[in-house]
Amino acid sequence: MQFDTNELVSFMTNWSVVLPAIVTTILMAILAQLLGIVLGLVAALAGRSRNIAVHGIAAVYVWIFRGTPVLVQIMLLYFGVPALLGGADPFPNTYPFLPAIMSGPFVAAMLALGVNEGAYMSEIIRAGILSVDAGQAEAAKSLGMTPRKTMSRIVLPQAMRVIIPPLGNEFNNMLKTTSLASMITVTELVMVAQMRYAGTFKPFEPLVGISLYYLAMTTVWGFVQSRIERKLGVGLARSDDEPGFWARTLSMSRGAPRAGGMR
Amino acid sequence: MTTPAGHIHGTDVKVSHDLLAAIGGAPTASTELVVDAQHVDKWFGKLHVLQDVSLQVRRQEVVVILGPSGSGKTTFIRCVNHLEKIQQGRISVNGHLIGYREGDGKLVEDKEANIARQRQEIGMVFQRFNLFPHKTALENIIEAPVQVKGMARDEALEMGKALLQRVGLAAKADAYPAQLSGGQQQRVAIARALAMKPALMLFDEPTSALDPEMIGEVLEVMKELAREGMTMIVVTHEMGFAREVADRVVMMDEGRVVEEGTPDAFFSNPTNDRTKSFLAKIL
Repeated sequence: MQFDTNELVSFMTNWSVVLPAIVTTILMAILAQLLGIVLGLVAALAGRSRNIAVHGIAAVYVWIFRGTPVLVQIMLLYFGVPALLGGADPFPNTYPFLPAIMSGPFVAAMLALGVNEGAYMSEIIRAGILSVDAGQAEAAKSLGMTPRKTMSRIVLPQAMRVIIPPLGNEFNNMLKTTSLASMITVTELVMVAQMRYAGTFKPFEPLVGISLYYLAMTTVWGFVQSRIERKLGVGLARSDDEPGFWARTLSMSRGAPRAGGMR
Repeated sequence: MTTPAGHIHGTDVKVSHDLLAAIGGAPTASTELVVDAQHVDKWFGKLHVLQDVSLQVRRQEVVVILGPSGSGKTTFIRCVNHLEKIQQGRISVNGHLIGYREGDGKLVEDKEANIARQRQEIGMVFQRFNLFPHKTALENIIEAPVQVKGMARDEALEMGKALLQRVGLAAKADAYPAQLSGGQQQRVAIARALAMKPALMLFDEPTSALDPEMIGEVLEVMKELAREGMTMIVVTHEMGFAREVADRVVMMDEGRVVEEGTPDAFFSNPTNDRTKSFLAKIL
């Protein structure tokens, strides 16, 4: 079998097809990740609740969504929910109030990925909260701060330093996991490649092409992430030549991106 | 580390003699009895850490609690602002029951919001400072006045700077805790607690985590507070401070108050055997 470089270039520069697919991939990854962060925060805080019901719901959520394949979750949402609803179709080809790129399948995949991600983010945020010294919350409480203020003003800002590196890792993963949306007809990168080789019978070139695009996206994100981390590490620096407090606590050396920054 | 005279910890730090002027003078407690702890019992699992502890602290009084580690002194002052629950007895601060409210003749734990409001009038200084590392010295001080009391930021900044200046740290307003020495951090922590204008200050071994040369500067601030009429409960191993500053010394052992009295009587003429052996070891 021969590798057809012309076919690769031709596929990769077929902008009218490839660009919307890239936009779909990035948009879905960002929205799903944001949803995941929100749900993860809610689940992490619920998991700390003294109320057994609240605590239990959070535990069951994490248990189920970390314990079943995300592909199955996507398909259950897209095929299962309409079946449950009977006649109504929650995932039509287009929504009148959304741009065309955000089709029903797009929304279904984005929701499923986000809910799945929330289960993982919940554990990451929980670990971040646990990493903050208990004396911090005690000091805040002793000043008359309510549990909510203590969490939002004192504990979470400090937990961020521990949350951000694995969060970057999660988003790297999310960029690639959006490929599963092709299973429910979302026209993202994998779908575009499949459509291409269905006609040309040359699967190799489009698959290499989308791999290069995924690689480009994750590489750019790696740079962005290391910028964010460096900013967090440097914000509280003592002086120009000494690593800052957070840099020292997290033992990250200034200038070099942290492990997990580029994968 | 423990000195009878209390002057061995010399310090160059200048503490203003109008420390409380920065928060508008000594806060006036509304009742004569600022702390009233009655028959407090507490267990950690099976460990009976506080056994029938009763202690009263009057307005402007400085009470020093001494005792070996594990005697329950830290646990007790943590109960006074409800960082720890109690299982029996009751603790009132400024006439209000702390952490609990009466319901059907029983005590039930109060709502978090009510507990938070009560803690506003109780300042606490911790052994390990617990400054907020993501905030500067000045931001540490204004955080609670602005966020909890709703004080205008400009007003809080002014008060914060005045407090820092009076504890000898005017130049460190924009420094982060990691950039400060232990003694400096603890002085910021005291200023942070004072910024809430508390009627009572609790000190939980405030100098135990400090290098010896930094103990003096923290004790100096505490002495000044005492001099200006702040009501204080101090858990410490600094015998010099106890002898010089305390109005009353309380000795705890194995979760009980075993002796209390004026520093003079306590140090020169202890009656309890446990106190005698403790003082013999420590002086």
